[in-house]
Amino acid sequence: MNHDAYPDNYIRGILNSVKSIAMVGASPVNVRPSYFAFKYLAQRGYDMIPINPGHVGKDLLGKPFVASLSDIGRPVDMIDIFRNSSHIMPVVEEALTLDPLPKVIWMQLGARDDAAAAKAESVGIKVVMNRCPKIEYGRLSSEISWMGVNSRTLSSKRAPAPTQGMRLSLNRMSVGGGDTAASDRAAKNKTEQS
Amino acid sequence: MSDRPPGFSTLAVHAGAQPDPTTGARATPIYQTTSFVFNDADHAASLFGLQAFGNIYTRIGNPTNAVLEERVAALEGGTAALAVASGHAAQVVILQQLLQPGDEFIAARKLYGGSINQFTHAFKSFGWNVVWADPDDISSFERAVTPRTKAIFIESIANPAGSITDIEAISTVARKAGVPLIVDNTLASPYLIRPIDHGADIVVHSLTKFLGGHGNSLGGIIVDAGTFDWSTGGKYPMLSEPRPEYHGIRLQETFGNFAFAIACRVLGLRDLGPALSPFNAFMILTGIETLPLRMQKHCENAKAVAEFLAGHPAVASVSYAGLPSDKYNQLARKYAPKGAGAVFTFSLKGGYDAGVNLVSKLQLFSHLANVGDTRSLVIHPASTTHSQLDDAAKVKSGAGPDVVRLSIGIEDKEDLIADLEQALGA
Repeated sequence: MNHDAYPDNYIRGILNSVKSIAMVGASPVNVRPSYFAFKYLAQRGYDMIPINPGHVGKDLLGKPFVASLSDIGRPVDMIDIFRNSSHIMPVVEEALTLDPLPKVIWMQLGARDDAAAAKAESVGIKVVMNRCPKIEYGRLSSEISWMGVNSRTLSSKRAPAPTQGMRLSLNRMSVGGGDTAASDRAAKNKTEQS
Repeated sequence: MSDRPPGFSTLAVHAGAQPDPTTGARATPIYQTTSFVFNDADHAASLFGLQAFGNIYTRIGNPTNAVLEERVAALEGGTAALAVASGHAAQVVILQQLLQPGDEFIAARKLYGGSINQFTHAFKSFGWNVVWADPDDISSFERAVTPRTKAIFIESIANPAGSITDIEAISTVARKAGVPLIVDNTLASPYLIRPIDHGADIVVHSLTKFLGGHGNSLGGIIVDAGTFDWSTGGKYPMLSEPRPEYHGIRLQETFGNFAFAIACRVLGLRDLGPALSPFNAFMILTGIETLPLRMQKHCENAKAVAEFLAGHPAVASVSYAGLPSDKYNQLARKYAPKGAGAVFTFSLKGGYDAGVNLVSKLQLFSHLANVGDTRSLVIHPASTTHSQLDDAAKVKSGAGPDVVRLSIGIEDKEDLIADLEQALGA
């Protein structure tokens, strides 16, 4: 997988197929991105599991905190890692001990570890790096267009009127739209320099 | 549908717009409303805290304006955009995110006279200090860099003389200095030049000109290229540090490669207030649908008029980068191969008086202070758009006393040439 620019179908396929998401580094502080990404994904119907050893015994929006991936005690489709690049490898190594293996490992905006990604991909796990599932969900459903963001999709079909708590369709009949290649190149250059 | 990326003209018609979910309306509706209801208290709090996507109040965002924003972002190859009330408002909002009082930015000396004035006087009262550099001498940008430099500002095609700026060379200086390059792309429009492809980090437009294209609506827009890393060195605290207005959110961390556009919206537009009317957004969107067709005609007509003027005995010189003999022709071939734009200047052998005489005799050309209209326009910059500059600065910016500026419209070129011929001849 080219981790500088993901095809829309790759991201759409992941967000349409996973049902449970364990979020490593989920925070109970309501101004942290992990908190509101967790909340958004829960509202869109994903079965969310907060992982944070510092908050075991408490819950996040009604879901009990779990200390580590090994403690979840049930299969999980996707692991969403809200940690800096330097803390990715141990989380991926722990994920690779799970049985069954997760189908997807997702690293948040700003997080990228190509060696960890290669390890996960070598056992058939799909990997996404330096992206936010909330932003990608909003982009493919075109909900993020309210913010003037280039969704990179075009469609001549009428979308369903969004209502509270509904699962927005990511299967809009759409074609590729405006490119953001310059931004992808800049992210790649930054990775290569670090 | 194939994975083939759509072309520019397809984006100009479709990007950002989808049939209205409620009514099925195919043209983008004008959401002429100040405010939007919340689902409940939690939804309201999430929207105010930047935690959910949605509409609150038209001073922060509006669905009609959002279509315009996404369309221009797509045409420029940026990650996101923010539309505001005018090009001048866009410049204030951009620099408010980048500069603290006492900071500096470097600007090309060849700019729209209104920008020179805004940078020199209005911004001085905010403590934002402009340092001028010569776009024809790249080393003058290098020499102007200091530890307080926060940005570099240039025009892709510079007003008034239509000179072409070497965007890539200046972007190299900006990268070395660790500051973003801001490019005003008003006179080119993304149809002729896409500055992001040449290293721009932020693109700004007066939508009033070629994008709107019909001389009927003011507007400005800021496009985020998504290329600049705002987190390094604490140089851009509006983007990298926790924002007290939003309970400690860090915008770069939260919004990634479109954080600058969000900063302009939630810190700039929200607090300074220069919102674009949704009606203007609708007019400008309608204009953009025909941008490729209009720009082809503007450029074809401009080249024909420039060639006619260059061969006329009363004309001393023509400054149009589309002419093979022009100083900027090499740069025009590189950056604007589809055409060198439609705004340029010429000077008359008879000097200032001949210029005044010409303007008074023209019948089709309108004498007014705008460019990028369907109609052909004429003005004498030294006494109008560039009148606030002293004589030396006028000459340096290409607006000397003998210079006349034209903005060529989309009429029949034979009629434009005939009008100039009768006005020059008598």
